[in-house]
Amino acid sequence: MTDIPTLYELSVPGRPGTSLPDCDVPPAPLPDDLVRADNGLPELSEPEVVRHYLHLSQRNYGVDGGFYPLGSCTMKYNPKINERLARLPGFAGLHPLQDEASAQGALELMHRLQEALKRIGGFAGMTLQPAAGAQGELTALLMIRAWHANRGEPGRDVILIPDSAHGTNPASATMAGFVAVEVPSDGRGNVDIEAVSAACDDRLAGIMLTNPTTLGLFEERIDEVAALVHAAGGLVYGDGANMNALTGIARPGDLGVDLMHFNLHKTFATPHGGGGPGSGPVGASAALAPYLPGPVVEMDGDGRYRLETPARSIGRMCAFHGNFGMLVRAYASIAGHGDSGLKANAMAAVLNANYLRVKLRDRYPVPFDRTCMHEFVCEGRPDGTRARALDVSKRLMDYGFHPPTNYFPLIVPEALMIEPTETETLATLDAFVAAMLAIADEARDRPDLLHDAPHTTPVRRLDEVRAARELRVAEPGDPE
Amino acid sequence: MSYTPHTPDEQRRMLDAIGVDSLEALFDAIPGRARFPELGLPAPLSELELDAELRRLASRNTGIDAGPCFLGAGAWRHFVPATVDYVLQRGEFYTAYTPYQPELSQGMLQAMFEYQTMICRLTGMEVSNASHYDGATSLAEAVLLALDATKDARTGIVMSPSVHLHHRGVVETYLRGSDAELRVPDDPTVAAADLADMVDERTAALVLQTPNVLGRLERLDGIAEAVHGKGALLIVAVDPIALGLFRPPGEFGADVVVADGQPLGLAPSFGGPSLGIFATRRAHIRRLAGRLVGETADADGRRGYVLTLATREQHIRRARATSNICTNSALGALAAATYLATVGKAGLRRIAELCFHKSHYAADRIAAIDGVAVNPDAPQAPFFKEFVVELPVPAAEANARLHDGHGIVGGFDLGRFFPGYGNRMLVAVTETNTRAEIDRLVAALREIVS
Repeated sequence: MTDIPTLYELSVPGRPGTSLPDCDVPPAPLPDDLVRADNGLPELSEPEVVRHYLHLSQRNYGVDGGFYPLGSCTMKYNPKINERLARLPGFAGLHPLQDEASAQGALELMHRLQEALKRIGGFAGMTLQPAAGAQGELTALLMIRAWHANRGEPGRDVILIPDSAHGTNPASATMAGFVAVEVPSDGRGNVDIEAVSAACDDRLAGIMLTNPTTLGLFEERIDEVAALVHAAGGLVYGDGANMNALTGIARPGDLGVDLMHFNLHKTFATPHGGGGPGSGPVGASAALAPYLPGPVVEMDGDGRYRLETPARSIGRMCAFHGNFGMLVRAYASIAGHGDSGLKANAMAAVLNANYLRVKLRDRYPVPFDRTCMHEFVCEGRPDGTRARALDVSKRLMDYGFHPPTNYFPLIVPEALMIEPTETETLATLDAFVAAMLAIADEARDRPDLLHDAPHTTPVRRLDEVRAARELRVAEPGDPE
Repeated sequence: MSYTPHTPDEQRRMLDAIGVDSLEALFDAIPGRARFPELGLPAPLSELELDAELRRLASRNTGIDAGPCFLGAGAWRHFVPATVDYVLQRGEFYTAYTPYQPELSQGMLQAMFEYQTMICRLTGMEVSNASHYDGATSLAEAVLLALDATKDARTGIVMSPSVHLHHRGVVETYLRGSDAELRVPDDPTVAAADLADMVDERTAALVLQTPNVLGRLERLDGIAEAVHGKGALLIVAVDPIALGLFRPPGEFGADVVVADGQPLGLAPSFGGPSLGIFATRRAHIRRLAGRLVGETADADGRRGYVLTLATREQHIRRARATSNICTNSALGALAAATYLATVGKAGLRRIAELCFHKSHYAADRIAAIDGVAVNPDAPQAPFFKEFVVELPVPAAEANARLHDGHGIVGGFDLGRFFPGYGNRMLVAVTETNTRAEIDRLVAALREIVS
């Protein structure tokens, strides 16, 4: 296949583009010393622009087009009604600083979402402000920091993080000024309780627990961990990345979790957008709620909604009220499902993951092989061959599937992390199993097919080393 | 609503394959006391009912397209070409994840590469990342980059008081985890040169915004040289529309340029999702936060694109990453790229000129009203798109009367940002405001102050 020319390669000097209105006021003198000669943008006709992006879209794989079992990312169906609702002029056309009286419907929606997320997670307070899950982590860690400082214990600077955690956890801990200390996992994929116990001292600020873990397993020792950490004066932070396995199944607030972020795109089906925008609301226990970033939405006695900053708020996390457009979509998902639907989603996600686990485990070893939650991790070297998870992943593309997450979590060699989600049919799951088993055969009989894969995509394997060495991160050319 | 497809028969076959006799049995690992709680959510709605319910909520809001609007202060009404939503609604783009598998993601990767190129050209910089959450978080990450780049015991950040106050607030929050000290003078009219004089050997960066939160275009000549002379970096926040017409901070030696990308084709949407623009010098590329797309070749030598320098990022470097950012605002960057490609070189310049001329026309007419002053602290200073109107009555009262009596959304009440500014409003005029709308505003203000 041939390259798609870039916008700049398509650009022709003087090409007439979009039409704009004439200036209907007398022109004012421009400050000539501040005016630039050339703003450096390309020049294309509108039909060229549309054709360009259509061609680009045809070289992109979304869950609308096929199965996308990217573990920990929860690539489930994004309901089309949600897209329509978020674009209503009464939502999309709202200015963040307009008078609260003229935005009561938006504030009510935010208030309803806050209340629903509190009920789903078992929390007393909720902020919708964080723009993504990682920012939710940072939010909660800054709250933990402020909470200890307010209690006269600013010296608590250690955050415990299991070795199976997402990289965002230690990175967020560093940004919040903590020392990230890794704790190992035990033989069942739970956090090692002895290691936690040994780290419980007067420097302990808290622990970040992902539950279900990134192995897709319910953290069986959650009660013991929470008791140890609380007894030592620390707090338990729940990384809610995998909350989609627990909606209507268990509330983290009932399991000793003091703070937790939700990933609305994972749990409540807002689209991931090719890398965002996301949304990472944070729930807090009654003791921590006063530290939430502001503003949050409160309802007055007369049924009017207003924005208010909590008493001990850590401050703002983003310019306005969070990613409101994503809040509309997430609220729509929750309102459309209710108690029964959210529970059914979690159950179906867990059913699908366990089905794939038992269908694949004879060929792809599953190191922590017990009933999983919404995902599971296997080794991407079938039947003891020397195949690699990367090769299996690339070969899956030739069968029309997006690969699972690979090489994560770090504690499983050649990891393939498989998350089917609740919206896939049995026929799709069986087709994926068939492809994985065929690839296992190929790994034995035709290993070159794996090494050289993919064979059917617009480009073949790309030279990432060259990209990092040459660092061509923009087209060459003088800006002025 | 339900998107789970299994029939009872399929479910039974799957449970049999797994070897359990019920769905509930899959959850035995969860402590019994906490298992299967009642959430108490409202009864689920069908799609038809949901559509009606959310339309009812939406109808209780008055969007800024409902009438003349002069509200800005960090989010603006700009025209969005139809191409933008056409591209955003392609399921191949919006239902994809971050392009970790480049062979299946060349479309988004090339679009991000082109976005990076356009942002570099617009800002006059060498490197742009593939987006932050919004302008405020871009600014916070720029400050963290400066602290990292100037490690030698530099913990001071000097910030102009006319940086958007919510953006300053986010920087303050992000600095809670460090020992850095933010110094911001009180007087929002302080000159950039005077701010540069505050930079000393303990300062990591000077932060300016142009046009600033009062609409004024800052003069950047000599600022970077002064700041660099003290060993600090210059961070400049901009309005990307202004870059269509005015010289970019890169020309004046800025080290980091940040912006909120909402004006480039994104709906205001009550403040989000937006787009954080972040551009810097090549010297800082390894300190950059966020995704970065690079060009390379495939096994057959064909051009292709990948996420690059992942060794900076949290999923590789973990506690020593340059930032925790993972999900960013890729779709917002796609919107901005489509917007910039559609309006193009001449179009963005024209939009900026329309904003300039119309805001000056409005300022001139309003200044002619008895008892009203425009830009009272700096009447001769150049401004873009926004300007300050000082009234003989509180801005909040004037806005209420503009709304109730004239159907006009007035300017931003600057008393919410600055003590003593209760009688001042920040009026924003963009290409979307017609002369007739501006004349209506002028007539209404004349009536309100008379």
